[in-house]
Amino acid sequence: MKKSLLLFGFFCLNQLVFAQGNLTGNMEAVFQYLNEDSIINAKQPVQKGLMNSYMNVFYTQGNFKAGLRFESYLPRIQGYPNRFDGTGIGMRYVGYQNSFVDITLGTFYEQFGTGLALRTYEDRNLGYDNLLDGMRVVLRPGKGFVIKGVYGTQRLSFQQGQIVHGAGLVRGVDGEFHLNEGLKWMKEAKLDVVAGASFVSKFQADDNPDWVLPQNVGAYGGRLKLTYGNFYADAEYILKEQDPSSDNQYIYNHGHAAIFNLRYTQKGLGILLSGKSVDNMSFRSDRTKDLQDLLINFLPSLNKTHTYNLVATLYPYATQPMGEVAYQADVLYTFKKGSQLGGKYGTTVGLNYSTTYRPEQTLNGINLDDSSRVVYNTKPFDMSDSLYWQDINFNITKKLNKKWSGIFSYYDIKINNDVVKVSDAKGIIHTRIAVLEGTYKINPHHALRWELQGMWVQRNELGINDKGNWATALVEYTISPGWFFSAMNQYNYGNDDLSKRVNYPIITCGYIKDATRLTVSYGRQRAGLFCVGGVCRPVPANNGLMINLTHSF
Amino acid sequence: MKKSFFLLLTAIFSLVVSAQEPTVETPLSQKKVPSVKLVDMSGKAVNTSELTANGPVIISFWATWCAPCKKELNTIHEVYEDWVAETGVTLVAVAIDDEKTKSQVPVYVNGKAWDYTVLMDPNWDFKRAMGVNNVPHTFLVDKNGNIVYSHNNYAPGDEEKLHQELLKLSQK
Repeated sequence: MKKSLLLFGFFCLNQLVFAQGNLTGNMEAVFQYLNEDSIINAKQPVQKGLMNSYMNVFYTQGNFKAGLRFESYLPRIQGYPNRFDGTGIGMRYVGYQNSFVDITLGTFYEQFGTGLALRTYEDRNLGYDNLLDGMRVVLRPGKGFVIKGVYGTQRLSFQQGQIVHGAGLVRGVDGEFHLNEGLKWMKEAKLDVVAGASFVSKFQADDNPDWVLPQNVGAYGGRLKLTYGNFYADAEYILKEQDPSSDNQYIYNHGHAAIFNLRYTQKGLGILLSGKSVDNMSFRSDRTKDLQDLLINFLPSLNKTHTYNLVATLYPYATQPMGEVAYQADVLYTFKKGSQLGGKYGTTVGLNYSTTYRPEQTLNGINLDDSSRVVYNTKPFDMSDSLYWQDINFNITKKLNKKWSGIFSYYDIKINNDVVKVSDAKGIIHTRIAVLEGTYKINPHHALRWELQGMWVQRNELGINDKGNWATALVEYTISPGWFFSAMNQYNYGNDDLSKRVNYPIITCGYIKDATRLTVSYGRQRAGLFCVGGVCRPVPANNGLMINLTHSF
Repeated sequence: MKKSFFLLLTAIFSLVVSAQEPTVETPLSQKKVPSVKLVDMSGKAVNTSELTANGPVIISFWATWCAPCKKELNTIHEVYEDWVAETGVTLVAVAIDDEKTKSQVPVYVNGKAWDYTVLMDPNWDFKRAMGVNNVPHTFLVDKNGNIVYSHNNYAPGDEEKLHQELLKLSQK
């Protein structure tokens, strides 16, 4: 009996895998061998070698779908969050979808609107994974109309090769309607309208002896997107009910998050103006957690994501979920080919300005023992004069001739380190950064690229300039389509502490064949913040060998 | 014991046989574009499995914060008209920017005057389904939805290899 069952199982598997089904996926393995380096305070782990790896496998056949991910941390690489340990299955689901219904059982990633109410996602580079494990249903009852329902518990961590779930339950429903697709009389309308609304609720038992905590906490709101010719506007507003938590010191204020974007675009020009207001909006499925654990929603920071090493990793900004008011303006313009400033190939100029302030909060004057515990009043977009962040930057991209092209970028950044705490320095850190990048195309397959970066940190009124000035130089030689070699050095030449005026040299070479990529690097890497989407993880200084293999199938 | 060994052998054999079957029509190395519902820059719904309705497609995953991605798409932009005329190809640029930088996507696309089809993948549903580790990752898809070539990374000159693969495809 058992044997025939086994045979039947084999037969099914075999049919499943090799019928007309479609199999996709990818894998990544990162290996580190680290040296002791007392100059940069890098420690050698007791295991000497560290390794992270994972593989995703996704299968669809007709309307059926299934997927899983094996993850392995033996042990996790340096700087990776401590919620990853062991080897096992970190994601798995089965599902069915057709043009009307899409059902998933098991783990899933979902985003409602802009994510202010709910966003579960993963970023393996960052070590972030707050997936929901339960059930999701997506219905498409008519053209342009989508309704989603989710129900589940979140992934808190991955211990001994198993998912550890959070304490709370997350439920949510979201509806979105694209009027121009769904309504006949709107089909030809010049104005394009998308409207949506979401409701998310979490449940966690009240286990606190001191206060009566709400066990069910809701967050809800709506959104609208309007397009008229070259003009575009969108906005979303989410209100959160009373949600006392360790993030907000168990106050009983309501919270809100609001975001809007205004845009004008035409061929060769793009202009964007964005605004955001956040107050008491940390929303987790366990009220006792902190850092990046069990966040239900996503509060993006409103600024450009920079790519050059010194700009991206020393002073990045992440949203303050307890409250901030932020604005951003972004312009990109291309001077046409043949015009005076455009030259033969055209010239592109980008301008970006972002600023963030602490919201204005009027204290109610109650002491914290007052039964209401509604501590302050605030209004959306009402800001104080306390600066959290400011970034003014521009760049010019120019192709000079068939061989040479280049980019010049300049940044002026202020970050309030008493709030953002990217390092131990007190007060506002004010820095200016200039980057010159050039590419020389030797022949159709060989190219040389270089970067020169300088960072100058001003001394603030406390006499503090954090780690002082930096310089970076990089050269990269590529042979298309298979090879690249690069060498980079960073020098902290302006550190007040003379013993920390250190060079950080690193060499990397890589081989790429189609969807497989192998890179090997050796050298010193300075401590910094690795960020994606305004979520950051600190990476400690290290010295050693790193091998990285990725493949897609 | 013997019996179960025989059973296992049969099972493995059947697995091997059917593994070879598809090579007659479609080699195992081929995969199709999975069906994921995304929206374009104006909010219109697009099913990714229907992208090849009008001929071959280049799917290029990029982000506003990815310098080599932008370099690749700007380089192809200079020759895109020729490629379209030669092969009838459509380039679909899938922006994996999340909500932090998503609103900057149309600013960049228009500021650079790209003529590509641009899709938004803010929660990485399509990126995940296509097995993309890092951007840039570029796929070439024939008119039947089969992925015939893919390349992860961009270095100057890579666009020529993509062009060759595209020409090979249109000669078939």
